[in-house]
Amino acid sequence: MNPFIAAGIFIILAPIIGILIAGTDRIITARMQGRVGPPILQPWYDIRKLFEKRQVAVWGAQNFFIFCYLIFMIFSGALFYAGGDILLVIFAFTLAHVFMILGCYVSFSPYAHVGAERELIQLMAVEPMIIITAIGLYQVNGSFYVGDMLNHPGLPVVLLPGALLGFIFILTFKLRKSPFDLASSHHAHQELVKGSTTEFSGYTLAMIELSHLYELIVMLGFVWLFFGDNLILCVIAIIVILFLEILIDNCTSRVRWQDALSSSWFVTLALGAGNIFVLSLM
Amino acid sequence: MELLVFLILFPLLLSGLLVFIRNEKTRGLAVIIGAALAGIASLFVLASSFTDKATYYTFPVGYLGLIIFIGDILISGYLVFACFKARQYLSTGIVILQLVLIGIAEFLALSDHSQVHDLLIDQFSGIMAVIIGVIGGLICVYALGYMREYHERHPERSDNRAKFFAVLFLFLSGMFGVVFSNNLLWLYFFWEITTLCSYLLIRYPETDEAVKNSFKALLYNLVGGLFIPIAIIYTILTNGTGYIAINELISAGPAIALVPAGLIAIAGLAKSAQFPFSSWLVGAMVAPTPVSALLHSSTMVKAGVYVIARFAPVFEGQMIGIIIALIGGITFLAASCIAVSQSNAKKVLAYSTIANLGLIVACCGVGTPAALWAAVLLIIFHAIAKSLLFLSVGTVEHQIGSRNIEDMTGLVTRMPLVTMMILIGISGMFLAPFGMLLSKWASLHAFVEAVPPYGVLLVIIIAYGSGITAFFWTKWMGKIISVGEPKTGNESLIPKTEKSILFILTLLTVLICFCFPVISLYIIEPWLLSIYSSVTTMLSLSNIEIMLMMLFLVLVMPLLLTRFRRSAIHVPRYLCGLPETSNAVFTGSCGITREIALSNYYLEKTFGEERLSRISVGAGLLLIIILLNIIIIRGGL
Repeated sequence: MNPFIAAGIFIILAPIIGILIAGTDRIITARMQGRVGPPILQPWYDIRKLFEKRQVAVWGAQNFFIFCYLIFMIFSGALFYAGGDILLVIFAFTLAHVFMILGCYVSFSPYAHVGAERELIQLMAVEPMIIITAIGLYQVNGSFYVGDMLNHPGLPVVLLPGALLGFIFILTFKLRKSPFDLASSHHAHQELVKGSTTEFSGYTLAMIELSHLYELIVMLGFVWLFFGDNLILCVIAIIVILFLEILIDNCTSRVRWQDALSSSWFVTLALGAGNIFVLSLM
Repeated sequence: MELLVFLILFPLLLSGLLVFIRNEKTRGLAVIIGAALAGIASLFVLASSFTDKATYYTFPVGYLGLIIFIGDILISGYLVFACFKARQYLSTGIVILQLVLIGIAEFLALSDHSQVHDLLIDQFSGIMAVIIGVIGGLICVYALGYMREYHERHPERSDNRAKFFAVLFLFLSGMFGVVFSNNLLWLYFFWEITTLCSYLLIRYPETDEAVKNSFKALLYNLVGGLFIPIAIIYTILTNGTGYIAINELISAGPAIALVPAGLIAIAGLAKSAQFPFSSWLVGAMVAPTPVSALLHSSTMVKAGVYVIARFAPVFEGQMIGIIIALIGGITFLAASCIAVSQSNAKKVLAYSTIANLGLIVACCGVGTPAALWAAVLLIIFHAIAKSLLFLSVGTVEHQIGSRNIEDMTGLVTRMPLVTMMILIGISGMFLAPFGMLLSKWASLHAFVEAVPPYGVLLVIIIAYGSGITAFFWTKWMGKIISVGEPKTGNESLIPKTEKSILFILTLLTVLICFCFPVISLYIIEPWLLSIYSSVTTMLSLSNIEIMLMMLFLVLVMPLLLTRFRRSAIHVPRYLCGLPETSNAVFTGSCGITREIALSNYYLEKTFGEERLSRISVGAGLLLIIILLNIIIIRGGL
C-alpha cells in the first residue's frame, strides 16, 4: 500500500477503533464489577463534551505542550503504519511523551508535578522493552522497516515468545492499567487526585484522551508485528491480550513506583533481553 | 602542510605571547583574533581533506625528532618538579618511569634512521580539527567575559588570567598536534601537552579542592599515558621502526597492530574518562566553567576517543575490541544511572559526557564501518551540544549564583533567552530528531549485526540507557519551565561576548541536524571508504526525509506558543480545596501561609553515586585487567 494512504487511514481510523476498544473495555470492566456499564460510545461522548468546555489553565503554555504531544503521537503512529523505520517510530514516540511530561511540569502544581515525575518513571520502565522488541523483530525479519515486518510470512512470535510476554507486561503501563497506573489512573479518588492530568481541562484534556487512543492503536500495531501476515491469529491475540489486561486491571491494586520500575526492568531483562540474546547466539 | 604546521604552531606562539599581555583589552583582541584564525584555518584544513586517500607529510629535517624528545623532557621535568613539591610521590614516580620509557623509545627510534610520515590529514582529522578550532575557539572567546566576572565574584582568588589564556591556547595547539600526528612519538608528545594543560587549568582556582582534583586528573592521565611508550617500544622491538607511523601500523592489520593498538586504547580510555578512570573528569568540575566546557566538548576527552577511533579498524571482530566496547557500554549505562541522582547541573553534564563517551568507545571497539560512522557522528554532535550546555549553565550560574538544578525553578521567566538555549542544548542531547539521538539510532543499527552475541549485549545496554537518559534530561527541562510565580526577565547583565557565543552554538546545534546527511555523504563516508574495503550506504533517503520532517515540525511548533499562551482563562492551580490566596502560595495548618516548594525525584537509593561508582569502577578495573591479560598473551611479552 502507498505509505501516505496507509498513514491517512491510520489517522482517520485509529480514533474510531480506539473508541470502540475503550468502550468495550469499560463495559467489560463494569460487568466484572457487577455493573451494567456505559454505552459503547461513551469515550466518544466524553471527548465531545470536553471539546465544548470552557478553556481554563494555570499557564497557557501547558496547552501548547499537549498539542505537541498529540501531533507527535499522530506522527509516530502514521510513521509506523506507513511502514517506516521502527526505531525512528520509537524515538518519535518518546519525543511525544516528553512533550506531555513537560506540559505537566509547566503548571507548578504539586499533583501534576508528582504525576510528571511518575510519568517519567513509567517512561524509564517501558523504554528498554520497546527497544528490545524492535531489535528482536529485526533479528527475525532482517529489516528495521515496519512495512517489511508486516509482510513477514510465518510467525515471528515463535522465535520471540519472551519478547511478546515482556511486551504484554509493559503494555499494562502503556494502557495506564492497574497495577502500573502510577501517574494518572482512570479513577480520580486517589492520593494524587488525577496525577499528571490534574491541571488539564477542556480541549487540552480531550487532546490527551485522543493521544491515548492513538497510542493504543500503535501499541496494538506492535503486537501485530509479532504475528506477521497472519491476520486472524493476530486479531485473536489482540483480543486475548486486551481481555487479560482488563482482568489484571480489575484484580490488582496499584504498586509503588519502586516495584513497578524494578519488576518491569527485571521482566525486560529476563524475558526480552534473554530472548534476543539467545536469538543472536543461534 | 603549511596549514597543519600553522594550526599547531600558531596557538603555541600566541600562547607564548599571551603570557606577557597584561592589558585586558589587548588580551581580548588577541584571543578573538587567535580564535578566529584558528577556526578559519581549521575549516580550510577540512576542505583540503576532501580526497580519496589520506595525505602524509614528512619532515626532512632530522633534528625535529630531537626537539620533540627535548619537549618530552621539559614537560616531564616540570611535572616531576610540581608533583615532588606537592608530595605526590606516586605521580612523580610515574612521570620518571614515563621519561625512562620514552627515552628508550626515542633511543631505539633515533638509532635507526628510517624516515616515517610525521603528519597526516584525512577527513577524520579534518573534522576533529574543526571541532577543536571552531568550538574550542568559541569557548576561548566566551572565557573572556566569563573570567572577568569570575574574578569579580571571587576577589579572594588570585587573578592569573594572562597565564590562563596562554594555557588555553597551548591546549588547542596540543590538540591539533594529537589529531595531525602520524608518528607515535609525536602523538605521545602532544598527548602529554594536553595532560599538562588540563592539570594546569583544573588547578586554576588554587583552592585545596582544586589542587587535589588537579593532581587526581594528572595521576589518572599519567597512568594512561604510560601505555603509549610501552606500545611504541613493543612495536619497534617486534616489527621495526617503520611501524611507529600510525598509517603503517593500521594497514599492517591486527596481526601486527593489535597489541600496540590495545595499549594505546588504554591510554585513550583514561583520557576519555571511562570507568575505572572516570573520577578525574567529575573532579575537574572545580575549574571555571569554560575549562569544563573545553575539557568535555572539544578537547581532552575527545583526544581519548580520537585515538581509539583511529585504531577502530584494527579492533573489528577482535576480542580486545569487544572488551573495549564492553568497557564503553558499562560506562554508558553506569554514568547515565549516576546522572539521575545528581542535582548539581555541572555534575549531571559531567556524567552525561562520560556516558556519551562510553557510547563512542563502544562504537569504536566494535570497529565495523557502520559503528565507526556512528562514532564520528556522536563526536560531532556531542561536541556542539555539550559546549552549549556547559556555557549556558556557566552563564546561569553567574546570574543566579547557583549551579543547582533545584534553584533553576521558573528560569524561563527570569532568563527566557538562555532557557531556550538550554532547552535546545538538552534536546540536542537526547531527543529525536536532534543529533545525539540520530547517532544512538545509528549505533543501534550498527551493534545489532556486529560480533554476535556481544553486539546484542551492547544493544541491551543502550536500550536501558536511553530510558535512563530520557529521565534525567526531561526532569531538568521540566524544572526550568515550571513557573510558580512569574518574575520579570533581566538578561542585560550577561556580557555581550557570552551571549553571542551562546547564540552561535545554539545555531550550530540546530544547523548541524540539517547538515548531517551532507556531512555523512561527503566527509564521513569517503573516509570510511578509504580505510575499509567495503562500505554500504549508511543513510537511506526515506529515513533522511523523515528526520528532516520531524526537525521541521519541532522547529515550527514553538511558533504556535504565543497563540496558546493567550488561549486560556487563567485559574489558580488545584490545591485540594484549600483556600487560594495568590499564585504559588497556600494556607497551611494553623493558618500559616506557605509557599509551594516542589523538588524533582533523584532516586538516591536506587541510583546513588557512591554505590554505583564503586560497582562500575570495579567492573571497569576487571575488564581493563582482562584486556591487559589478552594483550600480554597476544604480545608474548
